[in-house]
Amino acid sequence: MARIDDERPLEEVVISRGARHAGSTSDQVGRPTGRPGGRGSRTPRSRGGIRGREGTAGWVFVAPMIIILGLFLVIPIGMALWVSFTNWQGNTNPFAVGQGTDVVGLKNYTDLFAKDGLTRDNFMQSIGNTFYYVLLVVPLQTILALGLALLVNNTMLKGRSFFRTAFYFPSVTSSIAIATVFLFLFSNTGAVNALLGFFGIDGPQWFSDSRGLLHLAFNAVGVDNPGWAQGQILGRSLWDWLSGPSVAMFVIIFLVVWTTSGTFMLMFIAALQDLPVEIDEAAALDGTTGWQKLRHVTLPMIKPALFLVITLGLIGTWQVFDQIYVMGKGAPAGTTLSPAFLSYQQSFGNFRYGSGAAMAFVVFLIIVVLTRVQRYVLTDKDERKPIFGLGGRK
Amino acid sequence: MNARKSNPVKTILLYTALLAFAVLFIYPFLIQISTSFKTDPDAANNPLSLVPNPFTTQTWQRIFGQGGDTSVPITTWLQNSVIITLVVTAARVFLDSLAGYALSRLQFRGRKAVFAGLLAVMSVPGVALLIPKFLMVNYLGIYDTYTAMILPLVVDAAGVFIMKQFFDSVPISIEEAARLDGASIFRTFWSVVLPMAKPALITLTILSFQGSWNEFSHFLVVTRGTPEHQTLVTGLASLTSGQLGAGTQYPLKLGTALLTTIPVALIFFALQRYFIRGANEGGIKG
Repeated sequence: MARIDDERPLEEVVISRGARHAGSTSDQVGRPTGRPGGRGSRTPRSRGGIRGREGTAGWVFVAPMIIILGLFLVIPIGMALWVSFTNWQGNTNPFAVGQGTDVVGLKNYTDLFAKDGLTRDNFMQSIGNTFYYVLLVVPLQTILALGLALLVNNTMLKGRSFFRTAFYFPSVTSSIAIATVFLFLFSNTGAVNALLGFFGIDGPQWFSDSRGLLHLAFNAVGVDNPGWAQGQILGRSLWDWLSGPSVAMFVIIFLVVWTTSGTFMLMFIAALQDLPVEIDEAAALDGTTGWQKLRHVTLPMIKPALFLVITLGLIGTWQVFDQIYVMGKGAPAGTTLSPAFLSYQQSFGNFRYGSGAAMAFVVFLIIVVLTRVQRYVLTDKDERKPIFGLGGRK
Repeated sequence: MNARKSNPVKTILLYTALLAFAVLFIYPFLIQISTSFKTDPDAANNPLSLVPNPFTTQTWQRIFGQGGDTSVPITTWLQNSVIITLVVTAARVFLDSLAGYALSRLQFRGRKAVFAGLLAVMSVPGVALLIPKFLMVNYLGIYDTYTAMILPLVVDAAGVFIMKQFFDSVPISIEEAARLDGASIFRTFWSVVLPMAKPALITLTILSFQGSWNEFSHFLVVTRGTPEHQTLVTGLASLTSGQLGAGTQYPLKLGTALLTTIPVALIFFALQRYFIRGANEGGIKG
């Protein structure tokens, strides 16, 4: 089991390192500090003195953090909230009301939901796209990550670290670089279509194919834009809502599952290695099948990891941006638009910062609600707390 | 399906599945490497082949600025990436551990509130920060400068959190001895605590390096996107999304993508175990 030390829990490493260093550091401490004025005297200081010094030092130590996070995170969110209530266009001071910037109240928000127009059409399409994207990416990456973790975690396996490295490597690379590679692989004359060609399949023009996968499935059974799907919901017909991800979006889904599974695999491996060996043995003695063991023994025991992976998946997928930016900026026919990208485009492309900021806050809200709901669903009944109570994060 | 350990059929199935996945995960990188040595027509005609025919180093000469073509200034991007990553990483490791140490060890009034604030900040999704960052940078009059690219990145909440967790797990006795010996708080931190924190510092260095090297959206909103403030990643994004025109140029795009991948890859292969630990701790970051 020599290889296992890669996954030692941090505490263990810390303790062993700490112990190793203890000898040398106490040597250093023994030396005179060379400070003038008798401050190095060995009489223990009064408790208040040390605490007083600590009080100042504490604030000095956290000051850079507070300044940077305050200046570039906390205060700006307030500024953006303000801008989302205005019609600021980027060329004047957003806080000087009346000089080119007017307060429009909730208009930027209501336009997204209630006003017929391009803004709502785009926003609702981006929500629809991302809904299917999340619906596919989160389960697929969770299952793939768990599957890879179970395979790699097999103690009899030779070359474990090779496989683990191979599966993890894509997640450490730049999302933009990977997207570039996939643009080539899925281009019309690319590797994927060449491979499909070997099997006599004429591959689609992946990035210009706006047909929805669910629409294709409906078409296959002879249903095409039927009467029952004409009702309008938030400015889009039911038929449009039922499109499923487009072929182009499917490539992005594939790319993201391929890239992120490695990270989540590591989280599962860490959880699997914390399982006591006896449980494995007991399950084997009871003659359970592999599937039964997974379903009734392993999964319940790695529930916290499962929980973490799904939460991080939900948070990450609703924010999809980089890949969209590189792989077509919403094209074809808006079927790869995501609200995060649309918010960027609305602000920095159309100079409608108020509307863009409103979109960003709506996505923020969606993420908060979803992670809360998911926590509620995945928590055992007797441990449940109200979905919207305080003190969410541990 | 019985869970016998040495079933040859099962073993073969296991290895077949693993190898199939390994090919799926590795092959795209191999194609990327070989394409960077192909000519444009060869890349389009033989996309699956790993052997460039003919073999050419034209792409790499172009990447490193030979041949007088300045439309794609990759060396400028590279230079920016290196400078920004080094400055951000150094500052971040220092400031994150400083704050993490204070939050873990030093008794000061308001510490709990600061920590609660940190947790709240960590839970803000990045998508909600693009416009805010632009607003502040614009307000401060530092839009489209190195300052705007670097300063907002020099502290990250997740890094502070990792360091705090780390210090929470180390016994306090050694530092207390140093402190009673009269060393100042900063001196204790600098010459006693930090050397002990080496594993956590390496993890944090890797996360910071990887994070700032791969950073995209922040640079996108705080700069105009002119070459003098583009990094490899933002430059590659404009090259790939077709803003720099001139045909598909797949060898050039994949070569630049490869150049973008190499530094992180080298660090990854050298310090894999720290990466793996970082992935599990940085979980909170996503």
